[in-house]
Amino acid sequence: MTAARTASVGAVTDPAADPVAPPVVSLRGAAVRVGGRTLWSGVGLDVGAGEFVAVLGPNGVGKSTLVKVVLGVRQPAAGEVRVLGAAPGRAGARVGYLPQRRSFDASLRMRGADIVRLGWDGDRWGLPLPLPGRFRRGAAAASARIAEVIGLVGAEGYADRPIGQCSGGEQQRLLIAQALVRRPRLLVLDEPLDSLDLPNQAAVAALIGRICRDEGVAVMMVAHDVNPILAHLDRVVYLAEGGAVTGRPGDVITSATLSRLYGTPIEVLATSDGRLVVVGQPEAPARHVDRHEDGGRGAAVPGPRDARANVPADLAPFAPAEPGPSGPSGPSASSASPAPPASPVSEDVRRD
Amino acid sequence: MTAHAMSHTLAAGSGSGWLAAFTHPYFLHAFLAGSAIALAAGLTGFFLVLRAQVFTGDALSHVAFTGALAALAGGYDLRLGLFAATVAVALLIGAIGRGGRADDVAIGSVFAWILGLGAFFLTLYTTSRSAGNGGAGVSVLFGSLFGLSAGQALTAALVAGSICAVLLLIARPLLFASVDEAVAAARGVPVRLLGLVFLVLVGACAAEATQAVGSLLLLGLLAAPAGAAARLTDRPFRGLALSAVLALAEMWAGLGLSYAVPTLPPSFGIMAAAASVYGLTFLKGAGRGRDHEKGRNGTSRPARAFSRLWQTATMPALGDTDHE
Repeated sequence: MTAARTASVGAVTDPAADPVAPPVVSLRGAAVRVGGRTLWSGVGLDVGAGEFVAVLGPNGVGKSTLVKVVLGVRQPAAGEVRVLGAAPGRAGARVGYLPQRRSFDASLRMRGADIVRLGWDGDRWGLPLPLPGRFRRGAAAASARIAEVIGLVGAEGYADRPIGQCSGGEQQRLLIAQALVRRPRLLVLDEPLDSLDLPNQAAVAALIGRICRDEGVAVMMVAHDVNPILAHLDRVVYLAEGGAVTGRPGDVITSATLSRLYGTPIEVLATSDGRLVVVGQPEAPARHVDRHEDGGRGAAVPGPRDARANVPADLAPFAPAEPGPSGPSGPSASSASPAPPASPVSEDVRRD
Repeated sequence: MTAHAMSHTLAAGSGSGWLAAFTHPYFLHAFLAGSAIALAAGLTGFFLVLRAQVFTGDALSHVAFTGALAALAGGYDLRLGLFAATVAVALLIGAIGRGGRADDVAIGSVFAWILGLGAFFLTLYTTSRSAGNGGAGVSVLFGSLFGLSAGQALTAALVAGSICAVLLLIARPLLFASVDEAVAAARGVPVRLLGLVFLVLVGACAAEATQAVGSLLLLGLLAAPAGAAARLTDRPFRGLALSAVLALAEMWAGLGLSYAVPTLPPSFGIMAAAASVYGLTFLKGAGRGRDHEKGRNGTSRPARAFSRLWQTATMPALGDTDHE
């Protein structure tokens, strides 16, 4: 499987090289500043239709901010960003979005299907009236699409339960359905696997991978740990303070690339089951303002880069996550990996 | 209140049943204004409960008291102060709270001070204008639904009708923004603006409800029907409709009760009906396990809302709360 996937990664490689289809997302030299501090800069990225791209990096490096830029919620300080051929934020329903979140309040009494339905027409004024007969055409189409998308994520069994009573994995599937209901061409997901247990991580990752392949939806996913999605990925963007590297996972997630990107020795190890472990990753910059804050004020002094970088650090497993309980739950560690420096490197350092 | 009780007693002799009630102007006015106010409160309350902003309604009830008495003390129409105060404070709450959602600390720090101000205006009014309406404080606190003139009733009905209309117009995006703010914003729903518009509606609704059931009890009209509706259905728009229908039914039941038994003020009848209906909804869930009804901290949302209401009701005298 790993081998097969590797091959396919090679095949899809460079959507930018394909002159026919314009990229779904395109960033050129993009940079973002928060409170006077440059979070990241020089990010160049093309996401083609049906491609699965992960945004990686240590906590606080600005992964969610990249998502906001793509959604048009935040303006880049420099560079050019295009989404579906237009300025970000103009694509409307053609972009599906799954924000980072904890979960719904357990007392929220709204069915999962109603949550999905909000993705369909929640942005329209007025309210749905129970109309008779021929006026119901639109309503029938809506119901059909909602049922279809609920089936797509395999949520039939609990879509009629109040969403507050669904498990984290069930809620995540319903939210993916909500993001998909208007048939977007780009799906933007912010740490969708975050609060899920390992089997659910693998299952949701597989679901997203399948949607990406079968429905031709481009996927941009912010991830903390790359292992659950590694097998499905076409490319990764590794963010570091001040820089970024884009490329195929096998090229980017290597000791050499990551060490260069972070300016500190980093080792990428492969476990016997194919997971990747990143050792020596820099800690998140302590001054970081934090992703949930709207930027602005916080950003304090840009401290010395990675003061603590050499602390024997996180183990970030990096594995071809096979859907399904993938092996021993490895180091529960986390932050996936640091990123490689400059341009998409292509030394052949595959570790499998 | 004695006036309408008397006229009621006189007319009771004609004995043509319930329809006779509508031959009394005071009852007709109360019915007209009360029905519209109930619908507005039911609709607004549903979103208040959904957005976990019941506390905002609570704060506004204090503001309503202060605003009404400030207007009286200044020699203006009570309703002027009522609306100005509730809408202004609703906007203030929205401005302080993040993203148009008021947070508890922001409200708490403002409203204790405002209530102290209300006590001040009450003193000012009763000392400087004691020739006027000595019972003003009581009627603001507990409502005077049977004391509305034709003009007042018509105005109340029109304002409440407008609240309903605006709320129904924004109902769907407001639902989206309430349940799923980040996604709604990414979809282009003006989340922050909707939050502010909603708070203005809540403010106007609180001012309206103050005329019906009084500032002290308006939270019951806002929260009880909505809480009951939320317990009875898990479909949002059905819940919205049910909340309005329940509020209307409770209003009618309260008016009927108060008409039949003149010693009971309408505020009591309405609150009794509202509380009973809410209590009855617990029977529905009695058969199954209750655990899923609990929020994270072990109490359900409506339960928390009502414990706040209780704290408010049992708050010691009005004068000594002037702390930050």
